[in-house]
Amino acid sequence: MKWTHCTLAGLLVVATLWPHASIAKTLVYCSEGSPENFNPQLDLTGTSYDAEQPIYNNLVEFKLGTTEIIPGLAESWDISADGLIYTFHLRKGVKFHKNHLFTPTRDFNADDVIFSFERQWKDTNPYHNVSGGTYYYFADMSFPKLLKSIEKLDDYTVQFTLTEPQAPFLSDLGMNFTSILSAEYADVLMKQGKPELIDQDPIGTGPFEFVQYQKDALIRYKKFPDFWGPKAKLDGLVFAITKDPSVRLAKLQAGECQVSSYPTPADLPAIKADPKLQLLDQPGLNIGYLAFNTLKKPFDDKRVRLAVTMAIDKQAILAAVYQGAGQPAKNLIPPTVLGFNDAIQDYPHDVAAAKKLLAEAGLPDGFETDLWAMPVQRPYNPDARRVAELIQADLAAIGVKAHIVTYEWGEYIKRVNLGEPMLAENGWTGDNGDPDNFYTELLSCAAARIGGSNASKWCNKDFDALINRAARLTDPAARAELYRQAEVIQHDEQPIYLIAHSITYVPLLKTVKGYKMSPLSRHQFDDVDLE
Amino acid sequence: MLKLLLGRAALLVPTFFGVTLLSFALIHLVPGDPVAVRVGEHGVPPEQLAAMRHTLGIDQPLWKQFLDYEVQVLHGNLGTSIVSQDSVWHEFITLFPATLELALSAMLFATLIGLPLGVVAAVRRGSVLDYGLMGVSVAGASMPIFWWGLILILVFSEWLGWTPVSGRIAPNFYIDGGTGFYLIDALFYSDDPGTFRSVLSHLVLPTIVLGTIPLAVIARMTRSAMLEVLGEDYIRTARAKGLSEFRVVTVHALRNALIPVITVIGLQIGALLAGAILTETIFSWPGVGYWLVQSVDRRDYPVLQGGVLLVASLVMLVNLTVDLTYGLLDPRIRR
Repeated sequence: MKWTHCTLAGLLVVATLWPHASIAKTLVYCSEGSPENFNPQLDLTGTSYDAEQPIYNNLVEFKLGTTEIIPGLAESWDISADGLIYTFHLRKGVKFHKNHLFTPTRDFNADDVIFSFERQWKDTNPYHNVSGGTYYYFADMSFPKLLKSIEKLDDYTVQFTLTEPQAPFLSDLGMNFTSILSAEYADVLMKQGKPELIDQDPIGTGPFEFVQYQKDALIRYKKFPDFWGPKAKLDGLVFAITKDPSVRLAKLQAGECQVSSYPTPADLPAIKADPKLQLLDQPGLNIGYLAFNTLKKPFDDKRVRLAVTMAIDKQAILAAVYQGAGQPAKNLIPPTVLGFNDAIQDYPHDVAAAKKLLAEAGLPDGFETDLWAMPVQRPYNPDARRVAELIQADLAAIGVKAHIVTYEWGEYIKRVNLGEPMLAENGWTGDNGDPDNFYTELLSCAAARIGGSNASKWCNKDFDALINRAARLTDPAARAELYRQAEVIQHDEQPIYLIAHSITYVPLLKTVKGYKMSPLSRHQFDDVDLE
Repeated sequence: MLKLLLGRAALLVPTFFGVTLLSFALIHLVPGDPVAVRVGEHGVPPEQLAAMRHTLGIDQPLWKQFLDYEVQVLHGNLGTSIVSQDSVWHEFITLFPATLELALSAMLFATLIGLPLGVVAAVRRGSVLDYGLMGVSVAGASMPIFWWGLILILVFSEWLGWTPVSGRIAPNFYIDGGTGFYLIDALFYSDDPGTFRSVLSHLVLPTIVLGTIPLAVIARMTRSAMLEVLGEDYIRTARAKGLSEFRVVTVHALRNALIPVITVIGLQIGALLAGAILTETIFSWPGVGYWLVQSVDRRDYPVLQGGVLLVASLVMLVNLTVDLTYGLLDPRIRR
């Protein structure tokens, strides 16, 4: 009995003491999931990149809120006339963070650049096999094939030699997987026999230092006072991991976080109506589309593809599924990307013309087809099943009977890439804002191989020649012109039916100042301040 | 007693094997693999995909993967997470205190409220109070956890502002190290007295949500056990002796009615761990349930297999303990 009394009295005393308000300026961001780890070389998800972004820098970076390349850890660079040699002049006096395992003894230099690339590239690097040793993006962006050599000319000059000219190379270097890690930290950990900690207790040069990760709960950062660029305005940054979107909104409305990730379209009216909140929006760097399998009858016939195109009511899909969070697509690339061709006129919704085209193609009574719908919500398509149902109804109007098919997501992608479906919904989210990242991945002949990411398996030599030439040029204006020409061929041949670019939203409290949306769907807090 | 213990323990071996086989089979029946899920829409060349699958060992025939896994588990190695590269055991041990803290707190809540409710309903059998309490308990037992959680958040966190929406602690409090049980750590590993208050306030809603179903079950079980006991001859004798009704109910009736109730409480542990998966997802509670859900999304086979195995072992252990406790309480079972 005595014990109970003591405990109760103790609890009472403790409970009456109010929590101390935090004096430091800390922003809480409600993020949607846990990072895979803290090394962007190993990861593929935006959720992980968001968590890594505050810690690291790249040789070149994207200017906040744009896909424009600006100097990062490289102050300047020279590109040889043949586009094969990139020489980077590194910034001096850049400090690395420190933690309980490591205190840096030197500034950032060329060794860190060499280490960061060689770990992913060369199996002779002692870190190559650490933490699973799988570098998805490095492989995906064809770096093993593209890189011929990386040489240290002196402590502050690094030279990259490529096997072929590659215009998007600088944009690639702005992507998260090419973040620069500390070679000295790597050596220290290797000597301690704990190399895997480099991916869990990160050390970088970014505006925020990593403090703590409570698995699946919180990530804490603090301002790095020795940051080489403009210092962060916040003293601290916390990612509160909150998987459920309705709970994220509830937390935002209750003031438990100041910025939140990915709201659902259904919550947008409530956010707009809340006087405490502001809602930023921006066209997403993505495309949702329906691929015609051009290897299969009857979609090998352009007239059939055009008939289906004109039978589908795009506006109805946008209204019913995207609910204001999408803009109709008429190019493969969104309007913010280099080479967008605004002169293209989208095909009208015209059932009579569609029927006529089908009759011309020898199918006056229509035909049967499968229609694959993704099992998951993606940034470019909030509800693929609903989209499929709407398309199914539209196709029925011209006598085409579509059967909706779906698979588990991993299986779905595999089968689509193998060319199994006749009609398949699919989509893409850009990695670096470069048009090549859309055209080559989705419509090139190289990606049209069985198992490749060109879902329509369409391979047009003229189109391919244009996008390949564009990828080798460094002059943006000349590149843009080639992509505009390529888009005309795409539009005429219609290997895919373009549905929409989604609009991405970030809800935040009105007390948050200076937040800029990233076209690459990153959530960045470098310039953010709290009132 | 020793015979009982040995007999029950021997049963654990096939159960354990069955659990590993079942969890392995279920996971591999789901189409898609970790590599496909991670790569997503990206067109990684097939040879590279094959190499990635080989590194993870998922290109082997299923029977071989299973045998390798069994051997590995028998050596006490649950493997490494494909995603975080951390050992499954370490991740489990890091997250389990959060789940245990929540489960214990939910159990305490369910027992402290469910037991008296059941007793009152039994004593007032047939009254409006009885029907009312049992009606509420049926509703509680059939409440979808997800919906119930969101309703509570809406009312108590958004409208009334009494409790935090989600999480285990407010971000402005910092606990480093300790036991992983925040109620304890807040007292001993934090200088700020507000920490304990923050932890306690974060625990309220998840406890209610997770405790609702066990509460309903316990209340119903207590009521029926009490009704049975209250009709016994010795209760009449006790009343005839002139004992107060309070003493008859609490000392003579409740003590004997508790035996089946304790069994039910023990069996609820399994239900609690299952419920924790949903509760943790709604309340962003960083425990084992949320960890497992995430590993399903990511097809993190080692985490799923190891996690399910550990949770199942735990449930088996609790059931064994309940069996033995039952034996202690009722001498007839020991024979």
